[in-house]
Amino acid sequence: MLSTLQPPRSLSLLPLRRFQISKTIVSAASSKTIDTSVISPPQSQILTTRRSLLSGETTAVEIAKSYLSRIRLTEPQLKCFLHVSENVLKDAQEIDQRIAKGEELGPLAGVLIGVKDNICTQGMPSTAASRILEHYRPPFDATAVKKIKELGGIVVGKTNMDEFGMGSTTEASAFQVTANPWDLSRVPGGSSGGSAAAVAARQCMVSLGSDTGGSVRQPASFCGVVGLKPTYGRVSRFGLMAYASSLDVIGCFGSTVADAGMLLHAISGYDRFDSTSSKQDVPEFQSQFLSVDHFESKPLNGVKVGIIRETLEDGVDSGVRSATQEAASHLEALGCILTEVSLPSFSLGLPAYYVIASSESSSNLSRYDGVRYGNQVMAEELNKLYECSRGEGFGGEVKMRILMGTYALSAGYYDAYYKRAQQVRTLIRKDFKAALEQNDILISPAAPSAAYKIGEKKDDPLAMYAGDIMTVNVNLAGLPAMVLPCGLVEGGPSGLPVGLQMIGAAFDEEKLLKVGHIFEQTLKGSSFVPPLLANVA
Amino acid sequence: MSTTLLRTIQLNQFSLLGTSLLRRRRSNNFSVRSCGSQTTTTHEAKQSSPTRVAPKNHKSNQLDEILRDYEAVIGIETHVQLSTLTKAFCSCSNNYGSYPNTSICPVCMGLPGALPVLNSKVVEFGVRLGLALNCDLSLKSKFDRKQYFYPDLPKGYQISQFDIPIASGGYVDVDIPLEFGGGHRRFGITRVHMEEDAGKLLHSDTGDYSQVDLNRAGVPLLEIVSEPDMRSGIEAAEYACEMQRIARYLGVSNGNMQEGSLRCDVNISIRPIGQAEFGTKVEIKNLNAFSAISRAIDFEISRQALLYNQGKADQIVTETRLWEEGAQKTVTMRKKEGLADYRYFPEPDLPEVILTQEYVDSIRASLPELPEAKRRRYEAMGLGMQDVLFLANDVSVAEYFDAVIGKGAEVKLAANWIMSDIAAYLKNEKLSINDIKLTPQELAELIAAIKDGTISGKIGKEILFELLAKGGTVKGMIKAKDLVQITDPAEIEKMVIQVVSENPKQLEQYRSGKTKLQGYFAGQVMKMSKGKANPGLLNKILLEKLNAKD
Ligand SMILES: [Zn+2]
Repeated sequence: MLSTLQPPRSLSLLPLRRFQISKTIVSAASSKTIDTSVISPPQSQILTTRRSLLSGETTAVEIAKSYLSRIRLTEPQLKCFLHVSENVLKDAQEIDQRIAKGEELGPLAGVLIGVKDNICTQGMPSTAASRILEHYRPPFDATAVKKIKELGGIVVGKTNMDEFGMGSTTEASAFQVTANPWDLSRVPGGSSGGSAAAVAARQCMVSLGSDTGGSVRQPASFCGVVGLKPTYGRVSRFGLMAYASSLDVIGCFGSTVADAGMLLHAISGYDRFDSTSSKQDVPEFQSQFLSVDHFESKPLNGVKVGIIRETLEDGVDSGVRSATQEAASHLEALGCILTEVSLPSFSLGLPAYYVIASSESSSNLSRYDGVRYGNQVMAEELNKLYECSRGEGFGGEVKMRILMGTYALSAGYYDAYYKRAQQVRTLIRKDFKAALEQNDILISPAAPSAAYKIGEKKDDPLAMYAGDIMTVNVNLAGLPAMVLPCGLVEGGPSGLPVGLQMIGAAFDEEKLLKVGHIFEQTLKGSSFVPPLLANVA
Repeated sequence: MSTTLLRTIQLNQFSLLGTSLLRRRRSNNFSVRSCGSQTTTTHEAKQSSPTRVAPKNHKSNQLDEILRDYEAVIGIETHVQLSTLTKAFCSCSNNYGSYPNTSICPVCMGLPGALPVLNSKVVEFGVRLGLALNCDLSLKSKFDRKQYFYPDLPKGYQISQFDIPIASGGYVDVDIPLEFGGGHRRFGITRVHMEEDAGKLLHSDTGDYSQVDLNRAGVPLLEIVSEPDMRSGIEAAEYACEMQRIARYLGVSNGNMQEGSLRCDVNISIRPIGQAEFGTKVEIKNLNAFSAISRAIDFEISRQALLYNQGKADQIVTETRLWEEGAQKTVTMRKKEGLADYRYFPEPDLPEVILTQEYVDSIRASLPELPEAKRRRYEAMGLGMQDVLFLANDVSVAEYFDAVIGKGAEVKLAANWIMSDIAAYLKNEKLSINDIKLTPQELAELIAAIKDGTISGKIGKEILFELLAKGGTVKGMIKAKDLVQITDPAEIEKMVIQVVSENPKQLEQYRSGKTKLQGYFAGQVMKMSKGKANPGLLNKILLEKLNAKD
């Protein structure tokens, strides 16, 4: 099997190569400004780790130490983690012991994984970045975390996020604001901003996030990493603190498509503890990750790609638009057949999404009442106990969505809001289905802009919500989608990454991974490593 | 983990006044009995007896006259706690009376990230009960969230069924006991739906704080809503009795009212006879026995009728009233300020409940004979209504009776034995019919042995009690104790001759007209035969000898 994979490389934990930028807008597809000979395609960190452990080149402890030291160096500026595990070295030692004894290694052995703070980790703080769960330590691992641990993965820590996943900047965390590794004055996106920034900054190799309306894909775009949102039901939600149950999925971040795909493979599959998880087979994605040397001249020959017209209209930054168009050209160069498709219901998604997500969240967050766990404010009387515990425990964004959702579900309004939103959802599903019958995948920008400044949209929630327009429809339809870096636009010390979103048919993550991997490996002149790392090094 | 969880809960005591709880409670499963009577164990086998339903309160003739002008409209919501091994949405064991917070897990505690997974037994029991209540089943139903805040409700919502219940549009037939006028009634069933129970609050003695016990949280319930078809306390009590009977016949619940396994909330309004529209509806809770249902309704009818009669109908308001067993009256628990808004919406964590027709048919085929069918069958067998109601009331008694007649025993005789001697024995010994050692087979043998004259009825009664307590076979006992009836005329004649000759004085008195002494002679002969002489033969021969002119 190894022969088909990328050639072994010495474990360069920091493939530090600053991206050269000399034009206002540098599209990755146009390689004019970069000497392509010095930039090799990005390497899977999971596979590299495995190889160097098996060859004895290095040890799990050494790898872990280097990551921990990078966390120590970068964390004061980035603030990606709410909690860093005390057990990383101990876990790494166990891996080394297994190697010493010649025992079999799980596919994630020694892989350092960041876990979003709304995903339960046994005995480790899990707060969803909310004051109401401050110091809460769950008595069980989420199914995804359990699977990762069983396969040898090491949980590095818990990553920052917008409280309960409600936000697009990670500024709505009750505890800290995470900075974008490409420009410390900018947001990393959200709500899984900590997970995205941590992978971008190589504080961990891969990470778990959650995606309710784009919370994996948008920060992946902002931070220049790969973000994979699987089909609804592909990954068990057991242990994921619910925001909007019918939309929530656990997703994966990696610095390569292969890493995101292998992490997805590890956590996928039916779980008897989640009745909404699917019994669909999980294919072996790994065979898709051929090394560049094995690509044919037109490796994506005949793959039908639809570019969604509505996602390139007004309101999308010109830099983003041209990066998307150049990514489309690159796909064409790889042999794809490109057509423009229209999703007539596209613009209806955003309001429907906010009605459904708020409604479900108003219900899902009822359990945080201060009675059994989490933040409790003592009171003389029951209603006061609820009022004070929840009033002090929840942040402003969460309260606003609870209020909106409570309103939408109230007697007399249910039909006008919740029921109507569900009808819109059906419409959106239909449109996607039709478009995906004509095309293998659909593409669009991941967000209307690159990362913006911290504080820029804090007081303008509607502007922030509008940024979700590219991603929410995919959650409403329950489809898989992947965002991968496709170019840079002007901004920050060395440009800001822009992501391309690829949307696939339900349970066809395999196709996304295949197309994404080839796109990534053949993207000339791209190495999406943020400047911060170079500075630190 | 459970100990940690328990500690967490104890640390999270919150202060509140006991009474303030009652005002704020919004769930409709609430009743005060849940606040401290959980230690009472009861022999509740007898509560089901319809004869325990008390007769109406004494009322003055004047009140009777007023009542004649009004009609009560009564509907009942019944919560049946299902006797599944595990809870509705997690694998915690479902057992009543465990130490607080020992039967809990992340799911039924509502911990972050925990998800419900439906116990398929709950659906099966729902289908069973729905079919037993002659309902239409929804082949596609769903769960919804009913949302309200209360400390015993861990998730802040109850998983229930709102607009598509698993079963709807049925009916139930009952027979009113003779002492209450008798008669057959049919009451409509609006719907049956599946839901989960809430936990319990335990209030401190001082009233300073309350603690939450979540053992009951997530226990499966079926809620049965009746049509407003009942018109009196007796009808309502009999309806509730029938719900208990059906639940027990089906084996879906133990139906124990004291433990809260069967809970009835009554909705009642009255209207002048002839008026089409309903009056203002009042809800009554805290009804822990069938007699309480009957009495509370009769009290409420009188209260409302008097208010009407005195021109104070405006004082009848939409409210929840509590039945006070001690004072034998209903009192206001809380007035309803508009309709509570539970913000129902479809439960996104659970898929729809899809039933196939084959599944429903297989359940239908597996249903036992239900109380109404049994009553009609017993009636057709020639039993009087009193006997029918007695035998069909308790599923164990009915099964026993059916087994006895299944062994060929005569219906009337079998009924008599069970209803008189065996029932008396059970009552004295505080046993259920399942506890006795006498098998239906042997009772049938006993009845046959008496009927064919192998043993006398008297001997039969004597050995009955030994068989009930110790078991064994009738044949074996007859043999061991040499109890076979003496039917040989020559042998009886010998004893008669001996007795007559040993009592010359009494013989003289008899012959001089004191014929009552025949009984004395019969007794002596019976004594000599150790009770084994055939009474008919004995008397025939005795008369011959006494009247012989020799
Ligand atoms: Zn449980």
